[in-house]
Amino acid sequence: MADVTLNNIVKTYNKGEVKAVNNVSFEINKGELFGLIGADGSGKTSIFRILTTLLLPDSGTASINGFDVIKDYKTIRKNIGYMPGKFSLYQDLSVQENLDFFATIFNTTVKENYDLIKDIYIQLEPFKTRKAGKLSGGMKQKLALCCALIHRPTVLLLDEPTTGVDVVSRKEFWEILKGLKQQGITILVSTPYMDEANLCERIALLQNGSIMSIDRPNNIVKQFPDTLFAMRANDMGRLQNVLRSNKLIKSCFSFGDFHHVTMDSGELTMDNLEKQLIESGFQNVIIKEITPTVEDCFIYLMGNAMEN
Amino acid sequence: MSFSTFSFQLSTFIKKEFYHVFRDSKTLLMLFGMPIVLIVLFGFAVTNEIKNAKIVVCDYAKDPASQEIINKLSVNKTFHLHNTLFNHAQIEEAFKKENIKLAIVFPANFYKDLLHLNGAQVQIIADGSDPNTANTLTKYATSVIMEYQHTLTKNSNMPYTIAPEVRMLYNPELKGVINFVPGIMALVLMLVCVLMTSVSIVREKETGTMEILLVSPFNPFLVIISKAIPYLALSLINLAVILMLSVTLLEIPINGSIWLLIAESTLLIICALSLGLLISNITRSQQSAMLISMIGMLVPTLLFTGFMFPLENMPVALQVFSHIIPSKWYYIIVKSIMIKGLGFGAVWKETLILFGITCFFLIVSLKKFNIRLS
Repeated sequence: MADVTLNNIVKTYNKGEVKAVNNVSFEINKGELFGLIGADGSGKTSIFRILTTLLLPDSGTASINGFDVIKDYKTIRKNIGYMPGKFSLYQDLSVQENLDFFATIFNTTVKENYDLIKDIYIQLEPFKTRKAGKLSGGMKQKLALCCALIHRPTVLLLDEPTTGVDVVSRKEFWEILKGLKQQGITILVSTPYMDEANLCERIALLQNGSIMSIDRPNNIVKQFPDTLFAMRANDMGRLQNVLRSNKLIKSCFSFGDFHHVTMDSGELTMDNLEKQLIESGFQNVIIKEITPTVEDCFIYLMGNAMEN
Repeated sequence: MSFSTFSFQLSTFIKKEFYHVFRDSKTLLMLFGMPIVLIVLFGFAVTNEIKNAKIVVCDYAKDPASQEIINKLSVNKTFHLHNTLFNHAQIEEAFKKENIKLAIVFPANFYKDLLHLNGAQVQIIADGSDPNTANTLTKYATSVIMEYQHTLTKNSNMPYTIAPEVRMLYNPELKGVINFVPGIMALVLMLVCVLMTSVSIVREKETGTMEILLVSPFNPFLVIISKAIPYLALSLINLAVILMLSVTLLEIPINGSIWLLIAESTLLIICALSLGLLISNITRSQQSAMLISMIGMLVPTLLFTGFMFPLENMPVALQVFSHIIPSKWYYIIVKSIMIKGLGFGAVWKETLILFGITCFFLIVSLKKFNIRLS
């Protein structure tokens, strides 16, 4: 059964001038860890705010646990846990005070649901008298998660919880999410980091308010139509220019140390491309075939969407 | 939800508000510094009373009458007898050089003329470059001289003298401060309450905590109540500070019922709180909330309350406008209770108007309060 459903949701700002969410529909199953992947301004936060009953959609319907986000907003507000994109706790209150405050507001106590937050809270405990504003980025997010979980929500909505957080803390945060999922909590999480997409069960790729693709990360990767190659050489900047001016090269994008390249494989092979590059004066040329990542798919789909 | 959990939630929220106030030194300073500064400023510095104006006398008579009048002048707090001069030339000199406000000249044979000719002259020379001060001072000096004349005529039987006896009711010493204190009370309560509520709600919006509060079972209207109660309490403390300062420092007694005064002040505070709520609904940043509260409250309160500029002298349009300024009515009420010592029967009309304005702002602000974002 679907815990969260969106049907043809449209949301515009400035009297229709800015289209933030464009006809978005998807479902999240009970106990699923679902990811919304998209760049800044792709409509992630608007979707979150519609689901959390904070914004009214222009058209379309959405529901959580079967409750309508417009009609039954009071019931939904009791049942969901929400972590906004910006750190939204009281900076001048200590860790303990924040936690107690939100527990009371949600009509519960820290003790009552301690087992749910125990693993996270143990890490915070040494700092429990410290003001929330003085915590590190990772700690802040953990505290915010604790506060969002304090009332044992059925659905957890996390808007970019790992943005601005260091790599180690990000990894820990995803471990925590996996643990929560095992407790049967449905989780919707958004992120601009493509590498985090693989950690979700299913993902929706979002661009300019529209969904480009929804599937399991490994299925999305399978949708990539071409063979993908990673290439590097001594002069990466020139390499990109040379590759892009080659008519047989379909695409070339820079990915860290390598360029990810697709080509018209009927006309070009790895070997003769390498030969060509060496002839054009490149040294230390490496070309290898790789499996595409979610990011490759995202860029591919984005290019498709732009052409249309 | 049972009542006990409800009240526990409310008290937790209120406790949190107090944490915010007491952990922010800027807020604290504003909250309690402002009334003290204003009272001291208006009580001592900004006043239209004249104290210790420098005067000189030139006494050609040197007789009991002139000595007596000079004595009376010198013990008066308004005047400071700077010097005794010997001729007119010195008077001119004194005006030019020593910032003298007033000179009084007794001609020779002053007392004799008074007794035998039934009339004597005394010359009062004032510095007309500051007409208001000159006017006030000559009036004071004349009244001192008239007082002396009175004591003389009491002993003799002069027929047909009209002696106008002027009494300044409620404020016999004509203290300007008496007018200012109710004005400052109105000003401080308006400013502090409007500013504090609007800023504290907008801060929740700005930091995003409002988003979490809205996405919780906590009733949005409880947010308002939990915001209102701490600032109501703090404003009442503020009121107590102002009253204490005015009684002890400025020696202004509270003639009427203090409970009535507190009740009326609570009404104004609620009015200000709902105005603050209204401002928080239409602003997004703390700065703009602060600016609107400051300018939107300070200027009308200063101009249209009546304690700085008499409303009677204003153009009709502005007089009409002043009717919608809550602090104007509060000012009238406080003056009646505090200074005239009147009871509720005398101020019920103003109270009703203030109550009406409060209800209007409260309803509008509650209606405008958003249970969602934007």
